[in-house]
Formats: sequence, C-alpha cells, structure tokens
Amino acid sequence: MAISSQDTAIRTGRITRTFIYLVLMLFALFYMLPLYVMVVNSLKPLSEITGGGMMALPQVWTIEPWLKAWSTAQVGVQATGLKPYFLNSILMVVPAVAISTMLGALNGYVLTKWRFKGDTLLFGFMLFACFIPFQIVLIPMAMVLGKLGISGTTAGLVLVHVVYGIGFTTLYFRNYYTVFPTELVRAAQIDGAGFFQIFWRILLPSSGPIAVVSVIWQFTNIWNDFIFGASFASGNGAPMTVALNNLVQSSTGVKEFNIHFAGAILAAFPTLLVYIVAGRYFVRGLMAGSVKG
Amino acid sequence: MGFLDIDNATKSFGKVEVLHNVDISVQEGEFLVLVGPSGCGKSTLLNVIAGLEEVTSGEIRIKGEVMNHVHPSKRNIAMVFQSYALYPNMTVGQNITFGLEMHGMPKSEREKAMYKVARLLQIENLLARKPGQLSGGQRQRVAMGRALVREPDVFLFDEPLSNLDAKLRVDMRTEIKKLHQNLGTTIVYVTHDQIEAMTLSTRIAVMHNGHIQQLGTPNEIYNSPSNLFVANFMGSPSMNLLPVRINVEGNDVRAETTNGKSETVNLAFHNPSASLREFNGKNVTLGIRPEGLTDLEGADQRSKHVETINNTVDVIEPAGSDTFVTTTLGNTECIGRMRADTSLKPGSETSFAINMEKAVVFDPETEMRIA
Amino acid sequence: MTIAQSGMDSRTRLQGWLPKLVLSPSVAMVFVFVYGFILFTVYVSFTDSRILPFVGKSGEPAFDLIGLSNYQKLFKLSHWEIALTNMGVFAGLYIIICTVIGLFLAILLDQKIRGEGVLRPLYLYPMALSFIVTGTAWKWFLDPGIGVESIIHTWGWESFSFDWIKNRDFAIYTIVMAAVWQTSGFVMAMFLAGLRGIDNEMLKAAQIDGASNWNLYRRIIIPQLRPAFLSAFVILAHLAIKTFDLVIAMTSGGPGRATELPATFMYSYTFGRNQMGIGSSSAVIMLMTIAAIMVPYLYSELRERK
Repeated sequence: MAISSQDTAIRTGRITRTFIYLVLMLFALFYMLPLYVMVVNSLKPLSEITGGGMMALPQVWTIEPWLKAWSTAQVGVQATGLKPYFLNSILMVVPAVAISTMLGALNGYVLTKWRFKGDTLLFGFMLFACFIPFQIVLIPMAMVLGKLGISGTTAGLVLVHVVYGIGFTTLYFRNYYTVFPTELVRAAQIDGAGFFQIFWRILLPSSGPIAVVSVIWQFTNIWNDFIFGASFASGNGAPMTVALNNLVQSSTGVKEFNIHFAGAILAAFPTLLVYIVAGRYFVRGLMAGSVKG
Repeated sequence: MGFLDIDNATKSFGKVEVLHNVDISVQEGEFLVLVGPSGCGKSTLLNVIAGLEEVTSGEIRIKGEVMNHVHPSKRNIAMVFQSYALYPNMTVGQNITFGLEMHGMPKSEREKAMYKVARLLQIENLLARKPGQLSGGQRQRVAMGRALVREPDVFLFDEPLSNLDAKLRVDMRTEIKKLHQNLGTTIVYVTHDQIEAMTLSTRIAVMHNGHIQQLGTPNEIYNSPSNLFVANFMGSPSMNLLPVRINVEGNDVRAETTNGKSETVNLAFHNPSASLREFNGKNVTLGIRPEGLTDLEGADQRSKHVETINNTVDVIEPAGSDTFVTTTLGNTECIGRMRADTSLKPGSETSFAINMEKAVVFDPETEMRIA
Repeated sequence: MTIAQSGMDSRTRLQGWLPKLVLSPSVAMVFVFVYGFILFTVYVSFTDSRILPFVGKSGEPAFDLIGLSNYQKLFKLSHWEIALTNMGVFAGLYIIICTVIGLFLAILLDQKIRGEGVLRPLYLYPMALSFIVTGTAWKWFLDPGIGVESIIHTWGWESFSFDWIKNRDFAIYTIVMAAVWQTSGFVMAMFLAGLRGIDNEMLKAAQIDGASNWNLYRRIIIPQLRPAFLSAFVILAHLAIKTFDLVIAMTSGGPGRATELPATFMYSYTFGRNQMGIGSSSAVIMLMTIAAIMVPYLYSELRERK
C-alpha cells in the first residue's frame, strides 16, 4: 500500500491553491502543537510555565528538567527518575518483538505456502485476537501469570505481548507471502529443499521489507502499551508508560510540569526516532492493519 | 511399459475431477508435449508427474518404479517453470547448484557440473549475477541450466516460453529442440501454443476438459485428428469445418454443399472408406485445412486427387509468405491459402483447388472422425 | 500444494507434518490466551467472585454462580450508564470528526502539493506516540492554571475562560480533541491511499465529459472510496471502544465520573473495587460490541481474498 505521489488529473486555480496551502499549514501547526509544547517547556524553569508562558520560548534555557526526569524525579514512591523504567521497557520490547516477528514469519509461511483445510478460518481466529478489548483477558491473565510465577516481571510482559502480537505479525507475513511466487517454493521442493530450508534460503532472504514493518509495528505497539504494563507490572517492574503516568499523576508536592514534559519526551523518544528513521515502513504497517495488504 | 508411465491417473480437487483416467506411456528419449486450452488439465498432469500434486487414483511410474508417494526431489526429475522461478536472492551460479547442494553433493563437484552446464547454455558470463539483472531470455537459460545440472531422468517444462517476446520465443524453441537432439533426454512439455507443440514434440497429447483427446505424432495429430476438438485446436489458421451431405453413387462418394452464390457444389472423395459409405444421405462435417484450399497453381503437386470449384472471394489477408483468402462454402467462412503474389480482389470470382486426399470427415453428433 | 501423507518414507512424512507442527504453538497460544481467557471471563461474569484467585485456602471455590445478576446489576449502575453515555458521545464525535478531517486533508494533499513529503509525516507522527505521552501534553496544555486559558490571559484577554478539562459537562470533549489529534492523520493516510488507487484515466475521461472538480469528487471519487470509509469506520470504532490510556493520562475518568468510559470502568471495578463479577460482565459487553463490528468485517476481508 504505497501512498506515493502521482499525477492527478485535477487542476485547481491559483487562489484555490493558495487557500489549500494555507489550510494544510494550519493543520501542520495543529499537529505540531503538542510536540512544540512538550519540547519548549521541558527546556525552561518551572516558574516560566506557571507564569503563563507555556507557548513562549524559554527565557532561560536549561536541561535540568531532562536530567531530573531521567535520574532523580519522584516516580511513585521512589526518587529514581525514569531511567530504570526505560530499561524495563527495553528489556521487555526487544525479546517480545523478536519472538513475535519470528513466529509471525513462520505462521505466514505455513498459512500461504503449506495451505491446509481450514487455514483461513484459523487465521481469522488469530486475526480477531488483535482486536479484542484487552479488558476481556486481564483477570485470567493475572491469574495465569501468578501461577507461572512471572507475575509482575518483564518475562511476564514479554509473554503477554508475544501472545497478543502474533495476530498482527502473522497478518503482515501472510499478506506478504501470499504474493510471493509459489513456483519458487515448488522449484525448491524439486531441488530437494525441506520445509525449513525453503523458509531460510528462499523466503526469508526476500522478507526484509515486511520484517522491518513487523518489527516497527511491534516495537511501537509494545513500547506504547499501557494497560498490560499497568495491570501486570506495577512497582519496580513497570514499563516506561506506566512510570510516566505515575510521575505525572503523583499528587505529592509541587507539580513540576517541565519535568513531566521532559519525561513525556523521553517516553516518546524511541518510537519517535523509529518513526523518523523508518516512517515509510511504519505507515505500511498501519495500513496493512486496516486495509487489505 | 515405458520410461515414464501415467497409468489410469485421476485427479480431483474436492468434487471437481480435473483429470479423467489419463493413460500415457513415454519412452526414453521422447519429447512429449501436452497441449490444450487453459484449464484443460495439462499443468495439473505435469504437477502430478512432478509430485507437486498427488493423484487421486492411478499410478505414476518412472523407470518402472511407482512414484505416487515419492517426494518431488526424489523422483529424479527437473522442472522448468513458466515464471522461471529463479531464487531472487541467489546468484545464477547458486541458483544452478542449489539442487545439488540440497542433495548433498560436495562443493567441488557442484562447481564442475555448474561450469559444464553454463558452457553448454552459454551463460558462463552470467554466473555471478542475480536473476533481477538478467533479461527474459537469459533467465530462461538459467532456468534450463538449473534443470540440466541435475541430470534427471525426466525433464518437465511448464509453458517455459510463454513469458518471452515473439522472436525470442522462436529462438529458444530451436534451442530447446537442439538440446533434446544432442542430449537425448526424456521431456514432458506443457504448452497452450500448438505451433510449439508441433515443432518440438516427438509425440503430442491434446487435452481438453481433463481428457486426453488424442495422443500421437505431430503428423497424426495434424493430418488425422481423431475428433472435432483436435481438428479445430491444432493448426493456424484452423481447419475449415463445413456441413456437407454424403451422396453415394456406385463407387463414388461425394460431399454435397453450396458455394457463396448458393449453387450446389459436389466434391468427390479420394478412396472413400466403407464407414463413409454408411453415411449416405446424412449430414456430416467436412474438414479441409487452409493449405488444402488453394489457387490452382498452388495445389499440392503430389496429391492424387484435387477437386476444382468456382467461388467468390470475400476477404483478402496478405500475411507476407502467403495470402489468406476467405470464401464461403456451405454457409461457412472458409480460409484458403494462396500464393503471396496473388492478384485476387475481394468480390472477384476465382477457381479453388481442394486437396481431397487430405480431407477429413466428422460425425457432427459424436464429433468423432469418420474418414 | 499438498504432498502425500501415506505410504512414503519417514522424512517425507515428517515434512508433511512440519507445517502444522510449526503453526501449532501460535495456535495453541491464541486459543488458550485469547479464546480460553474470553470463556473464563464470561464464566467469571456469571459469578459473585470478588477477589483473585477465586479459591479458599483448602481449595474450595470462593464464589457462587449467580447467572445474569451481574449484568442486571451492571445496567442499574449509574456509573456504567455514564460510561455508556460518554462512549456514545465520544465514539460518535471521534469517528465523525476523524473521518471528515482525514478525508478533507487527503483531498487537499492529493492536489499535487509541493512539500507533501514533509506534511504527510507531520500529520501522521502522533500515531507513533503513546497515548500516555500525548495525554500528558494535552492534560497540561488544556489545564486552565497553566495552559490555554492562562496563555490567553497573559496575551491580554483577561476574561477569557477555557476550563473544559476541569468541567464535568465538557471534559469528554477534550478527550475527543486529543483522540482526534492522535488518529486523524492516520485516517488521512487511509483516504490518501484510496485516492491514489483511483484510475487516473477515468478522472481524465470525466473531465473531458465536463465534470467540475466538485462534481468529480462528489459523483466519482468519493463514491469509489467506499472501502476506505469502511476500513476507517471499523478501525476508529474499535479504537474508540478500546480507548483507555488517553483517559487515564488526561483525566483519570474525572472530574467526578465525567470522562469515564467502559474501558476505564472495567479497570476500576476489577482492580480498584475488587468487583470481579461486575468488571467481567462489563468486559464481556465491550467484547461483544467490538465483535459485532470486527467479525463481519474480517469475515468479508478473508472471504474475498480466497
């Protein structure tokens, strides 16, 4: 689903065009506004914000809010800053993304190149699992994680995110492999390659783009998750989003807005970076999740 | 028993039967072409031979060994696909040797085999390239190289030339024929192009709706089609098929029909058979190939029996080497093949020579050939 | 392609089973963790259980089956009624505004705009951010003490008042605003893809037929965007029902219960008040609503592809 530009047959007059550009610019400002607010206010002392200067550039530039948010801010009961939670998120995201993408690739391979009766129905069940409201699984999941002894741990969250991520990763790879020529698989079969050899030697080397899409989508989703983190990993094991929320919502003491904004940017930074570097693939992932691939 | 036997093979997908009791026995060194319109079951038959699909009933044997449950890679076959199916991430050399690698051949032997095949196909300079950097004809060669290097018992070709442009297709056709002549390999080749079938094969199986319509040499298929389907499908322009009435008068048997001006025309058969006589007074379908309907000078000099009729010329289509002339016989548009330099004009009257020695007759009800 | 399953050598037979073997862990996970859990939650919704893990010290069940009472109780709770009303307001406005803005921007961007490559990512980046992050930004930006109201005051308009986020009657609209900000760019991308998929020669033909730009869009282009509208609706509706983080970050359901949604209701009843039964029944209602939208959609999508 590429949305690259093409020649449009529609012609517009000069006044209309000026108007169009104006409107587009206004919307750009609207979308940029919260980011601007976050960045600008994370770089000024608290007094400048409370004095009604939220929109203004800092009079005194300071990176202190960033340092505080990172290492000394009060998150919940402890004054550890967001650093340990950032690490929690990394430790959760990396294995969860790797495992769910790998499984998705294998599932997509089986569902397109080794079709069997009822495979589409099975895929439908996997796909629907992506869209359930997670409230429906919170209670039994809490129990099972407790039984497995991984309640509140990063391992528990990895399991949760793999389970609820494979629907999407399978969708990506299935759609991608559907258009991968089946004749290649047949040729490899005749050449004597087995199930895994065909996957490793023939399909996987051509799966770069979709693997990127899958990794980015999973990374963004899992990093940004809040409900599972809040339900299963409060306290020291909490991921970044939960910690940020605790930081912002903490009712004790003065509200240090500049630190909140700095914290928010820290929480947004990894996914924003991915978006800037590989936005094209991110959009592809979004579209594949909504329109047919 | 042949080299490759397809014995009473049936294939169904769910309730749909796509192959009905197919029986073919291929001898060693034969070049068998499976030809037919799309959906006739020819590709399914090829896949069944390859083991990519399983027969529902019947047997596939190679060198007398039953192959029904043998994995494709262990049947000692090689296949060239319509899309060539070259592995996009591997170089040409790796593509060619992948199958040998999978079969556990040591690297030095693999390379030796690869160079041998590359020399044979003149693709030595391409070995380091990726398929994406090759032209259509080069890909075709690599695909053949990948098949050749395995030195299989049977080569399977699935419409290998249909993705090439017209000129390249003719060149590659010649090349495949040369390879077959030089290497003497056994080949089963699927195509929908009847010219490819005629030029390449030692035998042709014409298929339609999952049935073998006729199995025979190109000459048999072309000159003695066993039914209307084969007559119509093979040959370009296709055979003229016109309704006629059989009249028996003593030793002579005549086909009665009308010309463009609705005047009665009688065409005497050459050496009429007994079965034809039985159709006395009945309506049948007469088949005359375009090269059997010519101007007088163009008539086959070796033919023992040529009939001459006068008829109106409807349309003239110069085709370079010949000129095709449309005329009406029995209320049917018929195409005749004239000399390239013919001076005929549309609407003019001329004499046509009909080579009755090559004429065939079909029963319109059973669609089978009578004579 | 299926390879024979009977009467062949062991390696070939293993190859026949491998695909299913490889797929099975994922299938098992999905059936246990999704469908098994759904059944479990449905079961809990028929009990009066209040706390985990539902069994006493000696293993006896710590709950009774009470049939549909939880659902009856649920629909009598004013708290749930507020959540449902809010859901209606939120989902309705959210879907409509996102669709309108998304379509509008897509059409504007499709006019051979110079700088489209810069604008498009700008409209879309909110989708990459966590709702907690954007919720934080909007929470403080809309806060009357330091945000918009205070900013306008310092610019000289002393009587200006904008306290929606703290106002019971208007707080839900601030949630709509933030949610629209987050997803409208995505809807734009969906419509833009739809627009770019329309055959250009047909548009040229319509212009030669004398269609004005307005008619071109109204009569030819927009009707052809039906699949994009459908996808946008399905995605937005399911996102609306699942909206949770954004409310938590911006208002925590407040002021009072003014921004409570089913998702936050379930969470607070289950984990805040230990009302497992009620919480489960609300989750079941959420699931049924989403299923009513997603199941027909997925069914048609998967059928077509065959």
